[in-house]
Amino acid sequence: MLEFVYSPFAEFEFMRRALVGVIAIALGGGPIGVFLMLRRMSLTGDAMAHAILPGAAVGYLFAGLSLPAMTIGGLVAGVVVAIAAGLVSRFTTLKEDASLAAFYLLSLALGVTIVSLRGSNVDLLHVLFGTVLALDDNTLLLLAAISTITVSALAVLYRPLVLECVDPTFLRSVSRAGTPTHLIFLGLVVLNLVGGFHALGTLLAVGMMMLPAAASRFWTNDITLMMVVSVAIGMVSGLAGLLLSFHAELPAGPAIILAAGGIYAASLLLGREGGLLWLAWPGKHLEA
Amino acid sequence: MSATAIRFDEVTLGYGRRPAVHHLDGEIAAGSLTAVVGPNGAGKSTLLKGIVGTLRPLEGRIRLIGSSNAPIAYLPQAADIDRSFPLSVYDLVAMGLWSRSGLLGGISRKDRTKIEEALAAVGLIGFERRPISTLSGGQMQRALFARLLLQDSSVILLDEPFTAIDARTTADLLDLVRRWHDESRTVVAVLHDLDMVRRVFPQALLIAREPVAWGVTHEVLSAENLLKARRMVEAHDPHAHECHRNAA
Repeated sequence: MLEFVYSPFAEFEFMRRALVGVIAIALGGGPIGVFLMLRRMSLTGDAMAHAILPGAAVGYLFAGLSLPAMTIGGLVAGVVVAIAAGLVSRFTTLKEDASLAAFYLLSLALGVTIVSLRGSNVDLLHVLFGTVLALDDNTLLLLAAISTITVSALAVLYRPLVLECVDPTFLRSVSRAGTPTHLIFLGLVVLNLVGGFHALGTLLAVGMMMLPAAASRFWTNDITLMMVVSVAIGMVSGLAGLLLSFHAELPAGPAIILAAGGIYAASLLLGREGGLLWLAWPGKHLEA
Repeated sequence: MSATAIRFDEVTLGYGRRPAVHHLDGEIAAGSLTAVVGPNGAGKSTLLKGIVGTLRPLEGRIRLIGSSNAPIAYLPQAADIDRSFPLSVYDLVAMGLWSRSGLLGGISRKDRTKIEEALAAVGLIGFERRPISTLSGGQMQRALFARLLLQDSSVILLDEPFTAIDARTTADLLDLVRRWHDESRTVVAVLHDLDMVRRVFPQALLIAREPVAWGVTHEVLSAENLLKARRMVEAHDPHAHECHRNAA
């Protein structure tokens, strides 16, 4: 059993690198996912993931599968779409989900078109689903930097982020931090998606944010604990997914997301806070 | 008359170009206890939003005098609080310390005592660890009043604070309003219960888009004024022209 878990990583460097990569992604993506979920922006994360594609594609068009070019392209595209959608929703009657849907559909179509202009289907698959088993030093450094920035920024923004979810009117009455906090948060979402994109591709990157977060909601009512649980679930999914892909010879990115999906399904059934089994058999009512 | 806390200079507030509060001119004295009354749609909530600053006047201006240090404490009508958010009563109330603790400031032992005192003042001792999703409407309002207490602001605005609140909770919370008045804070409350206004609030502003009457409560709330207020707000003109009242 130990052999089953241990040997793939002991024997193969690419497995060790993949494990370090997914751990970094889980560390940043876990808390971001929790905030996305609590702010009712789960689908926003998904939309933003698509929005990154044309930027990364433009980077690819100019420089091929190059880390800096695709990262910068993805960041620029993500930030532009995030800010544009944020501003549209703040200053017009169109809600954020609607404006994001408009932006991301355009982005996805544009991105796939741009990649096809130059590349093969293999490249397109690479962009859409990532290459977690081929992370080089620079990519790992990028992932580590992103999770460091994310965790530090969330620590600073924690109060206004929570307040803006719970009681935005109150925050507006005591502080002007609301709008900048929201924009910085969207920036962090983009940053993490770009990081996740290198490992898992644009379509699955958001999975390492939302699935652990959604699963953690079933285990606790405390937001701090929720973030810890979410990070832990992300890391365990990464490990389990890599092992699954190694032993069953499955593609690694989807295997990781499937593992996270499995933990989500188990939490949905068994979770102590509103899991289905507890709802079905709650036990007899209490005295008070 | 004592010093002015809030001064309105020909203020018009509204949405788009439509005025919800039209040409309000006057002032609220520091330390006064004022009720804002009027029919639905009269611009009462809009007026409070204007004072807090979340809504900019279309014309004229609102000046806050001598309360620049701490921001206004504002309790909106049916506060748009996400009740499903995993937050404890204690943390909700502690938000009242924002103007002092800000983004990163710690919560000291003294602050903790203050939070406990505020919880005690509204009768929520023992509720500290409860998630806000489990509170009843009245308990939520008590928690929000505790937060107002902690804000320790010299100007307090309440928008229909006792709507859908039972008699006992209303009485408890009214005691807090009286306490604020005794502490010479300026309190402005939007209310519908005219008996309560006559009983507790020395000053009143009767508004129906246009100000109808403003001053000592029993004079403002005359049968004649109330009738006038009812008539004014019903006069809604879909083909209104530009207002040139101040274009002398």
